Amino acid sequence: MGYHCIVLVKQVPDTANITGEAMKEDGTVNRAALPAIFNPEDIHALEAALEVKDRFGGTVTAVTMGPPKAADVLRACLYRGADRAILLTDRRAAGSDTLATSYILAQAAATVGDFDFIFCGRQAIDGDTAQVGPQCAEKLGLPQVTYLEKIIDIQGKTATLRRNIGNGWEDVQTPLPALVTVIESANTPRPASVKRYMKNKFKRVPLELPADSPEAAQAKEKGDLLEQWGLDEINADLQRCGFAGSPTKVFRIQSIVLKKEGFASVEPTEEGVRSLVRELIEDRTLG
Amino acid sequence: MMSEQNRNGEVWVFAEQDNGKLHDVVLELCGRARELADRLGVKVAAVLPGYKAEHLAPILYQHGVDRVYLIDDPRLELFTSLPYAETVIRLIQKHRPQIVLYGATPLGRDMAPRIASATRSGLTADCTDLQISDVTDAKTKEVWKDLLLQIRPAFGGNIIATIVNPFGWPQMATVREGVMPMKPADPSRTGELIREVCDLTDSFFGVKVLERKLEEKKVNLKAARIIVAGGGGVGSRENFSLLFDLAAALGGAVGASRAAVDGGFIDHDYQIGQTGTTVRPALYIACGISGAIQHRAGMQESAKIIAVNNDPDAPIFSIAHYGIVGDLNQVIPMMIKAVKERN
Repeated sequence: MGYHCIVLVKQVPDTANITGEAMKEDGTVNRAALPAIFNPEDIHALEAALEVKDRFGGTVTAVTMGPPKAADVLRACLYRGADRAILLTDRRAAGSDTLATSYILAQAAATVGDFDFIFCGRQAIDGDTAQVGPQCAEKLGLPQVTYLEKIIDIQGKTATLRRNIGNGWEDVQTPLPALVTVIESANTPRPASVKRYMKNKFKRVPLELPADSPEAAQAKEKGDLLEQWGLDEINADLQRCGFAGSPTKVFRIQSIVLKKEGFASVEPTEEGVRSLVRELIEDRTLG
Repeated sequence: MMSEQNRNGEVWVFAEQDNGKLHDVVLELCGRARELADRLGVKVAAVLPGYKAEHLAPILYQHGVDRVYLIDDPRLELFTSLPYAETVIRLIQKHRPQIVLYGATPLGRDMAPRIASATRSGLTADCTDLQISDVTDAKTKEVWKDLLLQIRPAFGGNIIATIVNPFGWPQMATVREGVMPMKPADPSRTGELIREVCDLTDSFFGVKVLERKLEEKKVNLKAARIIVAGGGGVGSRENFSLLFDLAAALGGAVGASRAAVDGGFIDHDYQIGQTGTTVRPALYIACGISGAIQHRAGMQESAKIIAVNNDPDAPIFSIAHYGIVGDLNQVIPMMIKAVKERN
């Protein structure tokens, strides 16, 4: 019994620390060249799912798409309380825009099956598009509730949720299953549990281990292998994945050239600042 | 199926309204849609779903719209994702516009991706510029005539990306409020009202709005003539009080960069930039703001910019009219003093 929540999480480049060198020729991002973190709003999405599990019972399945290294965020989910974790990884998914990404994630959710909620962060900090959540909902034919502020109640196959609408909030009732996108103010994520950390720290997806190595054999024997799916496992139509399935194309990438005109340097002194204020009064900038 | 190019298709604006009032961003988009449509030689149309919203059509005409598709239904009085998205999806399939523009509002960012998914069309979020141009495919050398260039900063501010969708029309984009200037209304302009029927079954109305509470915005940056903005260099919530003091002395408002908001120094309502508010005040004083492109995108149209930063190489100085290299904790009190002196 209880509710089965799927959480879609993403490992993202830490956009606070990006350099131009991280861009590839074709305008896409060389993610390997950047420090990778758990997308901040996705941690809140995980917490929302764990809250459902705590309050109403159930299980939590974390799903991420990315290179083998993205298993880091799956382990982080397990440390916090997720019951199951799946990595979607396939070279043929490279170059996917939001439309292709949402198709792949929707296929994965359908393959996991039998869920009541899909939670995801409102947006990821590498693109800030906020598109993948609603696009997944559409692909799965699910209602969507965006910008979750609060889980008010769940009864049977109906959830009452508060959502942020920018200039206020609204309480909505949605039939389940539904897709819910979560913002940071929705909750305070729990820290990793030490016990769960000890239990899961050696978990690896097969691609993180050298093929046919003793480590791989040992991990399998100990039950330390995480699930790893490719596009075949989720019955994806390859025409809808990667570059082929992405209608948006990066046409041009330009470095920023800043214009410099009419610049005046002002000394950080009382007299410098005073003459600046005087100038602004004279040209009527200050009324 | 991805839809083919319809060269005669109109340029559409989604006419977001609430309680019988159009969102400002709609009229801003109408101005740009007019320019794009004139370049393409096609009409501008607005899609207006709601209940008793017909009185908004003349306002849309006056801002450059030729045709309004009105979908009037009591069930559309309050926005919910599925019925609104499905209404637009069906109209897109029926009329095949070549471009559809949405405000990057909470509503637009909820609904537009759903529409893009159903129509399998490309959607670019938070564009800072939109143009029409021919595009040559770098690999195949194929030339695409008159595509919509969807321009937005990306990745931490080092680059401007131009996105196109040669396949998967309509070409769709969202634009934040304040990014495109609102053109003055032309009271002599009129247009054509086309009534469309909402024939959605009840199955689309599964999500119900139980209660809604709208809050007055605490911060009104768009209306401010003078803005004193702080960034990561302010260092703490306490230090921000200095900025409030300067803003008070100048009769201005306080704003912030994302770094200051992320640092917990100030609430998100104050954020200026690509993911916050876009402003064009008479005077913008940037304190401890390095000047990442996302921030500049939200303030570079300011008439006068003063930058205060202890790093002489901060990019903000490149767009500033006045630069003060120094410690803001010393410079701001000097400014407050100088401003008070002239009072």
